[in-house]
Amino acid sequence: MSGAHPPRVVLVTGVSRYLGAQVAARLAADSRIERVIGLDDREPTGEQATILADSVEFVRADIRTAQPAAVIADNRVQTVVHLAIASAADPNAGGRAAMKEQNVIGTMQLLAACQQAPELRKVVFRSSTAAYGVSFRDPAVFTEDTEPRDTPRGGFARDVLDIEGYLRGFRRRRSDVAVTVLRFAPLIGRRANTSLTRYFSRAVVPTVLGRDPRLQFVHVDDALEILHRAVTEDHPGTFNVAGAGVIMLSQAVRRAGRIGVPIPEPALSAIGRGGANFSLDQLDLFVHGRVVDTGRLIREFGVIPRPTPVAFEDFLRGISGVLPREAIGAVEQRILAGLRRSRAAVR
Amino acid sequence: MSDFESRPHFPAPGNAPFRGLRQVAPPPPEHPESDLWDRRVANALAFLRRRLTGEYEVDEFGFDRELTDTVLHPLLRPLYRDWFRVSVRGVENIPDKGAALIVANHSGTVALDALMLALAVHDEHPEKRYLRLLGADLVFRIPFVSELARKHGSTLACNPDAERLLRAGELVGVFPEGFKGIGKLYRDRYKLQRFGRGGFVSAALHTRVPIIPVSIVGAEETYPMLGNFKPLARLLGTPYFPITPTFPWLGPLGLVPLPSKWCIEFGKPVPTEPVADMADDPLVIFNLADQVRETIQQTLHQLLDVRDAEAAS
Repeated sequence: MSGAHPPRVVLVTGVSRYLGAQVAARLAADSRIERVIGLDDREPTGEQATILADSVEFVRADIRTAQPAAVIADNRVQTVVHLAIASAADPNAGGRAAMKEQNVIGTMQLLAACQQAPELRKVVFRSSTAAYGVSFRDPAVFTEDTEPRDTPRGGFARDVLDIEGYLRGFRRRRSDVAVTVLRFAPLIGRRANTSLTRYFSRAVVPTVLGRDPRLQFVHVDDALEILHRAVTEDHPGTFNVAGAGVIMLSQAVRRAGRIGVPIPEPALSAIGRGGANFSLDQLDLFVHGRVVDTGRLIREFGVIPRPTPVAFEDFLRGISGVLPREAIGAVEQRILAGLRRSRAAVR
Repeated sequence: MSDFESRPHFPAPGNAPFRGLRQVAPPPPEHPESDLWDRRVANALAFLRRRLTGEYEVDEFGFDRELTDTVLHPLLRPLYRDWFRVSVRGVENIPDKGAALIVANHSGTVALDALMLALAVHDEHPEKRYLRLLGADLVFRIPFVSELARKHGSTLACNPDAERLLRAGELVGVFPEGFKGIGKLYRDRYKLQRFGRGGFVSAALHTRVPIIPVSIVGAEETYPMLGNFKPLARLLGTPYFPITPTFPWLGPLGLVPLPSKWCIEFGKPVPTEPVADMADDPLVIFNLADQVRETIQQTLHQLLDVRDAEAAS
């Protein structure tokens, strides 16, 4: 574990979204950090605006352009936290094309800006466990050293592979800058709002016929803690960030009290390509599952994220089931009592 | 078992004076746990409730112990006991706890030998240990089959998974012949095929666990493969398309395995500790793989002689 060297000036991208706003506000509340600059191409609204309020200096800039370079240079930014990565296409904001532009071009521009910043000491990147790709020849548990075998179908996973490729190039060119890459499992928790939390909030959920993937989540609060430490302490390298243990999709659907509807994979693939609210990223996850080893994270950061089943349970407290567990338990008791009564009557 | 017989084992205090006087004291519903039938129904209902609400544990490889104990093993047991009449020797060679790599011969067109081996380890060993099988990637490509395999405790045959399981202290089962063993013709029965690159040996060396050679006799006769229809195999993307005396001629009936008599012998563990530091030396790997292969081959011949003698008498 490394000692704490908090930077004076931090730049956080993507602060108009939930995670970016939370991280920026948390860093701003840390008295060891003098200035936190929040960057996004649209003004924060609603909850995000309240969280950022006065503590974070908001700068409106588009990371797909050269604008951030000036922000980094003018403010003598020492640490860049890159969170402006879209994990799902937003049909109201340009769809998949805009998502790819934001993820890939945005990262390229940001890295170009970082490369020219002499004061820069550290970059912290939000990546994803989707970086391992999907293949039937994959090991059951990925460590940080596992190489992807096949190119995934999903757009987000492809973007992540591209982004990590650019990061490797950046590491070579600026060996004086510490690069921390955090490969997050899907975020979950009572306050998280992702494509997966929306999926589990529906009454009837599609699953892949004949597949029951192993899923892993990380609780939003643990993700925030680890991002915070990545900024204030020195942890260069690539780390899986996930809660230990797994939950099968069928198990998650049942614990959430949802009704799973198995659909053949080709049909789901067609739906995913059509760009409806079931993406190819989700299909890849639901066929192959994704489990990572977090030994390196725990050794280096000294933080143990809450286990996947616990994080999922916290998420469930925020939604109500269609088939609540208590109801099923009550039915069980009623059947048992009925059988006992009829047996007693026969004898 | 009747209520009368089972109650003495679970005396209900308030009810004791009336024990056995059924007409005087009908079984009171407030003491239903004193009844075997009642407990079975209650357990089955609780099992169904846990499955419906997702309240069970699965390990990181997807192994579902509850489902294996309650559904998968009971389904395989009649096949094991009554159909193949499996007899097991050398079960004491499996450690009571801690990791070991169990290496067996592979045969029989369909990988029934893997399932029977796992059940033998669980049912015959005093500690009721679970064998974590390593399967080919084909197993994990096929819908339903892949999920059943994972729930039964299997994972992909690759070194990261094997070593992770061994480090966790599990018993890992591997068939180094792979499809070469299981897909060979009946005329080549009990002839061990090549052992690949010896990946299993390096997994055992890296984790310093003993290798237990296992010989399985009987699986070769379950689906005697007379021919391999290669064009159809290529079309289906499978390693072979078997022609047996009953398949595909009898349709689904051809899927019924022939009731051969099986013997499984667990050999003496081969320690890897003395050569563990030479895990990257190909010569060490090949020598150890050869030693294990020879042991299995010789034991196969002995077991065949024993089985023939028993059948003759």
